Amino acid sequence: MSALLSIDRLRVELPAAKKGMRTVIHDVSLDVQAGEAVGLVGESGSGKSMTTRAVMRLLPEGARLSGEIRFDGISIPGMDRRALRRWRATRVGMIFQDPRAHINPVRTIGDFLFEGVMLDGRLSTSQARERISHLMRAVGIADVDRRLNQYPHELSGGLLQRVMIAAALTTEPELLLADEPTTALDVTTQEEVIAIIDELRRERGLAMLFITHDLDLAAAVCGRIAVMYAGSIVEEQKADALGLATSHPYTKGLLAARPELGRRERRLQTIEGRPISAFEVGDGCAFATRCPRVRDRCRQERPAPTQVPGGRVACHFIDFIDAAAGSPAVGSGGGTR
Amino acid sequence: MSVLQVAPKPDSREITSWGARFDGPTTVACVIVVVFTLAAVFAPVIAPYDPTQVDPSAVYQGPSVAHLLGTDNTGRDILSRLLHGARSSLLGPAIVVLIAAVVGTVIAVSAAWIGGRFDAFVSRALDVIFAFPGLILAIVAVAVIGPGLLAPAAALSISYIPYIARVLRTAAIRQRNLPYIAALEVQGFGAVAICVRHLVPNLLPLLIVQATVSYGYALLDLSAISFLGLGTQPPTPEWGLMVANGQSSIIAGHVEQSLYAGLTILVAVVAFNVLGQGLAKAFMGDDR
Ligand SMILES: Nc1ncnc2c1ncn2[C@@H]1O[C@H](COP(=O)(O)OP(=O)(O)O)[C@@H](O)[C@H]1O
Ligand SMILES: [Mg+2]
Repeated sequence: MSALLSIDRLRVELPAAKKGMRTVIHDVSLDVQAGEAVGLVGESGSGKSMTTRAVMRLLPEGARLSGEIRFDGISIPGMDRRALRRWRATRVGMIFQDPRAHINPVRTIGDFLFEGVMLDGRLSTSQARERISHLMRAVGIADVDRRLNQYPHELSGGLLQRVMIAAALTTEPELLLADEPTTALDVTTQEEVIAIIDELRRERGLAMLFITHDLDLAAAVCGRIAVMYAGSIVEEQKADALGLATSHPYTKGLLAARPELGRRERRLQTIEGRPISAFEVGDGCAFATRCPRVRDRCRQERPAPTQVPGGRVACHFIDFIDAAAGSPAVGSGGGTR
Repeated sequence: MSVLQVAPKPDSREITSWGARFDGPTTVACVIVVVFTLAAVFAPVIAPYDPTQVDPSAVYQGPSVAHLLGTDNTGRDILSRLLHGARSSLLGPAIVVLIAAVVGTVIAVSAAWIGGRFDAFVSRALDVIFAFPGLILAIVAVAVIGPGLLAPAAALSISYIPYIARVLRTAAIRQRNLPYIAALEVQGFGAVAICVRHLVPNLLPLLIVQATVSYGYALLDLSAISFLGLGTQPPTPEWGLMVANGQSSIIAGHVEQSLYAGLTILVAVVAFNVLGQGLAKAFMGDDR
């Protein structure tokens, strides 16, 4: 079975401020099956948004893309203008981090949704209105008629994000891209919005690429999780298998850095060192500068993804980490080269 | 000649509440513009005399009840000529600004949207037109096509395109880079739909401001062209032409015709300028 969305060795370079190009996405491969929710997790700047932008063909001017992105077997970078428009209009929906920035402030919610629904091209005006109020109720907006006549600034962030979810679903897409859809919202609203996304997604059998910096959140709504660091995917795992012995040292670090309820710690554990950007990665492993288990080989050779039970991990010493379970042993594979 | 530069706030939410709160000068300017426009429209109804009616028995009459602003060297009623003159004097700049606004907007938005080398080429071209004096262009047009209202107005509209397009291009680029445009692209809207339904409407306040200020300057330019005898031809009344016609009378000690026509031009130009600035404030706030 071929995946609904298949990203294969995607590499994105952006023009640097002065001269030359800077790599921001390095050999990212990721599949999303029809109906499946996949989480893409990583720190800010790791390239999560750039990956979705590459998928949506929204890269900044002068960007260079290599590798392949396929939707239902069709190459997205290869689409002509018309096909791209059609694809965007009917088969994929997207929600963004900051709903307020992603809606035209001078048009009413009703105009915004109506315009989106009419993209379908097969609906009469009354059918369109009906679908809009149906969707508005589906995303948990009660007083539909009043809301439709309001402007974006009259709605709270949470309400506006619900409108954006409704807009993304107007043409009944097969894939939803959600780029940190709740990061800009306050905590209680966050939970409500996540619940709505999750429920609607399951109901409709939608596939979703869910982007977040929050591992727990991703694990709550996604079946599979890809962890991204400095433009590379370092690990891809079933959500319930995360943090097991075979995990990547970065994932383990992320998990250890979480505050946990009911456990008071004097100081939260953090990953040492500063997160680096994709272009700063040399020939070696992206995580080499911060990895507690780093060896010479890690600095010289980029690890290829290795199959482990439930997923794949890009680490030279994965078996060995597994075996040692904490205290790194000496000898195998390390040393000088 | 400089056209003011205004930039909409990045957060253009205020645009929804155009609650045009004009200050004093802007209100006065607005009233003047409305009165002048009404005068032009209703000139035949409100003018006491036929503006081309020569009366040899009533030349150079001072202000009186019969002739509120007096008469000129051929006995024509100056007030009637000013009222009727408003028609071509105000129509000319309207043509200039309309053409410049439409063409300028299309150029600005396509340059902003397409970007790259097309944008660079457009910017160069606008610089070249900008550097070329409008009056010279108008004179050349008159030499080729012949005098009248249309030739100079058409020529002038070309030289006014940069005043609209440059400012709009900058604003359009800013709009184009706003996330809501990307969101519309992701929704599957084409470039034309996004530009026509979202981008241009959001540039409208800026366009109105630029057009209003440009209107004043175009009025001045067209008056100068008429003054030189290249624009509207006599006996059609026109303000610039009246200033020119009154010249010979000044030597004879009768300044009225030139003076009143000149003052009318001055008031109109200043009114449009003040109105433009006021609109800029009302639309975009004080922090330009
Ligand atoms: N428009 C841009 N031009 C150049 N570099 C960019 C641009 N947007 C993002 N970047 C760089 O690309 C990298 C990935 O950014 P992004 O995908 O936004 O990260 P994330 O969404 O994971 O926080 C970052 O290093 C960032 O500095
Ligand atoms: Mg991001």
